[in-house]
Amino acid sequence: MTDEIVLQAKGITKRFPGVLANDRVDFDLCKGEIHALLGENGAGKTTLMNILYGLYRPDAGEIWVNGRQVTLHSPRDSIRLGIGMVHQHFMLVPVFTVTENIMLGAETLHREMGGMPVTGWQRWWQTIQLDVLDRQGVAKKIAELSHQYGLDVDPDAMVGDLPVGIQQRVEIVKALYRQANILILDEPTAVLTPQEAEELFRIMNQLRERGVSIIFITHKLKEVMAVADRITVMRAGRVVGTVTPQATDEAQLASMMVGRNVILTVEKKPTQAGEEVLRVEGLRIRDARGLEAVRGVSFSIRAGEILGIAGVQGNGQTELVEALTGLRLPHAGRILIAGRELEDLSPRAILEAGTAHIPEDRQRHGLVLPYAVADNLVLCTYYQPPFGVRSVLQPKAIDSYAGRLIQDFDIRTPSAYVAASKLSGGNQQKVVVARELSRPIRLLIANQPTRGLDVGSIEYIHREIVAMRDQGIAVLLVSAELDEIMALADRIAVMYRGQIVAEVDAQSARREQIGLWMAGVHD
Amino acid sequence: MDWRRFGFIALIIAILFSVMVLIGRVQTSPIVIVTSMMATTIAVATPLTLGALSGIFCERAGVVNIGIEGMMLAAAFFGWLASIYLNHVYKFAPLPSLIGGVVAAVLTGGLFALLHALLSVTFKVDQIIGGTVINILAVGITGFLNRQLFFEEGSIFGGDVPHAPGTLPRIAIPILADFPVVGRIFDQQPITFAAILLVMVTHFVLFYTRWGLRTRAVGEHPRAADTVGISVERVRYMNVVIGGLMAGLGGAYFTLESVSSFEPLMTNGRGFISLAAMIFGNWTPFGAWAAALIFGAAQALQINMQFFREVIPPQLAILQISYVVGLAPYILTMIILTGIVGKTVPPAADGQPYEK
Ligand SMILES: Nc1ncnc2c1ncn2[C@@H]1O[C@H](COP(=O)(O)OP(=O)(O)OP(=O)(O)O)[C@@H](O)[C@H]1O
Ligand SMILES: [Mg+2]
Repeated sequence: MTDEIVLQAKGITKRFPGVLANDRVDFDLCKGEIHALLGENGAGKTTLMNILYGLYRPDAGEIWVNGRQVTLHSPRDSIRLGIGMVHQHFMLVPVFTVTENIMLGAETLHREMGGMPVTGWQRWWQTIQLDVLDRQGVAKKIAELSHQYGLDVDPDAMVGDLPVGIQQRVEIVKALYRQANILILDEPTAVLTPQEAEELFRIMNQLRERGVSIIFITHKLKEVMAVADRITVMRAGRVVGTVTPQATDEAQLASMMVGRNVILTVEKKPTQAGEEVLRVEGLRIRDARGLEAVRGVSFSIRAGEILGIAGVQGNGQTELVEALTGLRLPHAGRILIAGRELEDLSPRAILEAGTAHIPEDRQRHGLVLPYAVADNLVLCTYYQPPFGVRSVLQPKAIDSYAGRLIQDFDIRTPSAYVAASKLSGGNQQKVVVARELSRPIRLLIANQPTRGLDVGSIEYIHREIVAMRDQGIAVLLVSAELDEIMALADRIAVMYRGQIVAEVDAQSARREQIGLWMAGVHD
Repeated sequence: MDWRRFGFIALIIAILFSVMVLIGRVQTSPIVIVTSMMATTIAVATPLTLGALSGIFCERAGVVNIGIEGMMLAAAFFGWLASIYLNHVYKFAPLPSLIGGVVAAVLTGGLFALLHALLSVTFKVDQIIGGTVINILAVGITGFLNRQLFFEEGSIFGGDVPHAPGTLPRIAIPILADFPVVGRIFDQQPITFAAILLVMVTHFVLFYTRWGLRTRAVGEHPRAADTVGISVERVRYMNVVIGGLMAGLGGAYFTLESVSSFEPLMTNGRGFISLAAMIFGNWTPFGAWAAALIFGAAQALQINMQFFREVIPPQLAILQISYVVGLAPYILTMIILTGIVGKTVPPAADGQPYEK
């Protein structure tokens, strides 16, 4: 890292209807540094990055790149200046190959290849291939880049078939292909397994050594302490301060972010387990491609108990949760809720049996994005009194209920009537959690419940989940975050290749042992 | 487009052809019947093919266009009108008048498409409503002008429809058209040839060029396209207008190639059937063309049947009622759209206005 400033924002202000997303923000990035950007949900991090990338125009303020003031009209301008961005929600076309995604907008054409003199029929040939893509040439370049940076990608793979970790690599290669020397990574680790995150850090370090400057947004304080050269903290649209990891610790960062002290560990009484609420016997489930993803899983959860399912993503947890919530039909096995086997495995029937579901993918299964926040908050109960009386919605009841949840769960939104799509990623998550935890239930199925949340919100939701348990609710917690499982669960089951390979009491569980089980190593 | 789908299409066409052969073989040799059916099928599929290509350009860029029917109708009218003007008022020879008419038709399609782009891309009006507006507008304008110009006292043509300059001449492909019997298939009119050529060109453009890559990206994930510096609005505008030009050429078929007159509502649902062909062809040019040929074959059956009315065997007496056969394309449309031959997948952002 040098003191040469490559990117600088001066007094950036951006207003959306009802919110001041960025308020006179100053930010700078030095050559060859990893500059972490922290801040609670809705603090304005993504907005600032979108401005630096040319997607939004600031209402006021200046942007300087390599010592010169610039105006960014569109990403085209920022790309030309060497800025690349990996977005919080990936910007890849699923039905395109890796090559097509990477070349999009920066295509290499056949006529640009080779510098032969053109005469006669060759000229004709060139005119014919005017706009023809050179897929092979690009694939070769991609192969070179991946080799150079150790970013393994298959240029011919269909992006929609790739796991998120690889998709992210494609995004990084996409930026490097455009010769980006300033790289913005917006919450890159939120969707990664710990192993994948480690891999990402290795790549980031390598890029830094080659002089690439990186802005790294995350909510995970451990990661910040481990990889950042400098740390800037934002709160409510403003910059609170910039520190170095040497001069700070996690607790201080947390309190800078949320403006109060955060308790990073969860306090929990021993469990008072009651009668059995959920029983699963010999469940077998096929995934979307028809392969058996869950191969004979059995377990039970009692009232007032949290069962944590640990495991590297993609070992059948997604399918298991989908089956338990009626989104996918198992082809063998039984599901019993409160001792009764459900005849009807539809989502509504399961929901009415007293089940709450926090889905893994909030945008696909958790929210109706174009609907107002208030409508999303009553999505499971709109047809029941007091929200729906004789098929007529009761706006007053919905309004006061929504207002209460927005307050209780600290959902940062200008009002209850903006579309859920306008909220920041973390606040969208809070809408889902608020809806699911606020109705009378006896079983909570939570899949990655704190994905993308800031430490303050995680603290709140963790406490909420424990409180639910203490009220006698059975909780199934699925998380790729081993810390989360260790902190909350009373019992831990480890899933590997569609089976539960081990089940232990949380008190006697050892981190390393669980890590080994997750990796498929058995004593 | 998978092979199962092409197989299904081939099967249906084979069935339709067989029916004709069964009926006509007492009078005419099967080879002659099949050849004649094939030639007619290719010709009458032309507007459907062009309509489907029009839809492909629009929808691959993410804009639903149900206004193709109206674009074709308007193009048919204005192309025809232009040819008459050129021929009678400006005294051009028939062939240049017809060519001028085709140009006018194509431009009409483009102009209506520009309106559709304005409504759906710039003003973000619901795209179905935008398309409906175009359909209604086309019916109104063509009907009104047709009456005003030709049937009102004191109008330019004095309440009398002048003779149109005929239809576009046939072009025989050298060598191929000289084969006995089957040569007939290679002796077609220019818009028909153009449609087939455009199928190939569209396929190439869509899947092998920068234009096509960007178009498809905008139709699948406009925000991703935006983040790599592609202007979503520009791409949508261009493709919708190109689609309009195609629909315009399809419209020209009705009044300048098939017959030499205009009748109100003469497109008769062809624009909508071409959308069905586009869907059944899974938004690919060759698939859509193949699907258009099914409808072409059904129509060819109806046309050829007229020559064999007397010899229809009693078991098939029902076919004597001409509208039973006439219904075939519409019934086929419904069957095909139920998805019995597997599901098709539209572009992911099809029909959604793009907002930053
Ligand atoms: N397109 C938009 N229209 C209206 N409001 C928006 C829009 N984008 C963001 N906002 C608002 O601006 C504020 C800042 O959002 P932003 O996405 O920048 O937060 P963030 O810091 O990235 O949060 P998170 O950690 O949850 O991703 C939020 O209150 C959000 O509701
Ligand atoms: Mg964000």
